[in-house]
Amino acid sequence: MGNMTVEQVTENYYDVLKELGNIGAGNAMTALSQMLQCKVDMKVPQVRLLDFSAVGDMMGGEEQIMVGVFLGVEGDITGSMMFMVEEESAKHLIRKITMGMLPEGSEFEEMGLSAMKEVGNIITGAYLNSLSTLTNLKIFPTPPALTVDMAGAILSVPAIQFGIFGDKILLIQSQFYDEVELDGYFILIPDLESYAKILTALGLPVV
Amino acid sequence: MSEIIKVGMADLKTCVSPNGVTTLGLGSCVGIAIRDPVTKIGGLAHIMLPDSKAIKNGGLSVPKFADTGIAELVLQMEKLGAKRSRMVAKIAGGATMFSFQGGSSAMGQVGQRNVEATKAKLKELKIPILAEDTGANYGRTVIFYPETGEFHIRAVGRSESVI
Repeated sequence: MGNMTVEQVTENYYDVLKELGNIGAGNAMTALSQMLQCKVDMKVPQVRLLDFSAVGDMMGGEEQIMVGVFLGVEGDITGSMMFMVEEESAKHLIRKITMGMLPEGSEFEEMGLSAMKEVGNIITGAYLNSLSTLTNLKIFPTPPALTVDMAGAILSVPAIQFGIFGDKILLIQSQFYDEVELDGYFILIPDLESYAKILTALGLPVV
Repeated sequence: MSEIIKVGMADLKTCVSPNGVTTLGLGSCVGIAIRDPVTKIGGLAHIMLPDSKAIKNGGLSVPKFADTGIAELVLQMEKLGAKRSRMVAKIAGGATMFSFQGGSSAMGQVGQRNVEATKAKLKELKIPILAEDTGANYGRTVIFYPETGEFHIRAVGRSESVI
């Protein structure tokens, strides 16, 4: 396993990773739905292994403005996690949470960003919780950091983490809806040793 | 009609005036624009990590690292007829996109380490850095024109600057 690349991990355990993503994102949406007090539907998440250069394209271009919430993962596994959502979707979420205190068409303000950070915190927490329950591993998130910037610039952070052990990035795209369609992306970035721990904990043979 | 050639993440491209090169949304990565003012041959590298030697099992990508990426860009420009002794550079990027409270983890410093590694490699190759726009906490889109050596930098909520 120590010699495996992220490509090999993905190829061999694609279905497992997809299922983990599915369950994690499902839990995250339940948390979001409770917070918004409305029904939130989601599509089956897509697990994608992409070249660095292709990542920006799938998110509507490198210059697409997005909100990124980034946090560290500690405990039995180590690494980091990111949740990204497109600017308009983020504003929609903020309007719902703050009950319309962010007017239509306005820019993010401190309160809105703080609310968005909390959304990120809750849904990444729910995601990691389900992973922890499934694997029986201790997983603790560190306090999140948030930024609003170009997709490419935000993605450079997880891409660099992946770059340390390969030439591709693994991400889980989940689309969810309430009245409008929101496009969210989860990027879980375990260290390569942590992949082995997750798979072993699930009872899978690790080569 | 001139063309602007796009450089992706962990990628590099050369170009000859009147064409230009661009890379979109640089975060903690660094964009290194090099130019030979006589032949007006230029190029842009978008590196992600400081040092290829510090990484085991890190894939085979040459443009991904500051040390190998810059060396390869210089080599490709020389093949087109540029002279190393005339080359000059401008650099941008290396931001810290997320600031963790009380955190100064190695990861948080990667932008800064990318900038340092870039400067060290350019110094080793004796290519002077004429200008830079690095650090801070925001992403940058850059466009480089080897005709004039102008390096245009755009960021969200800021006016375009030229260095």
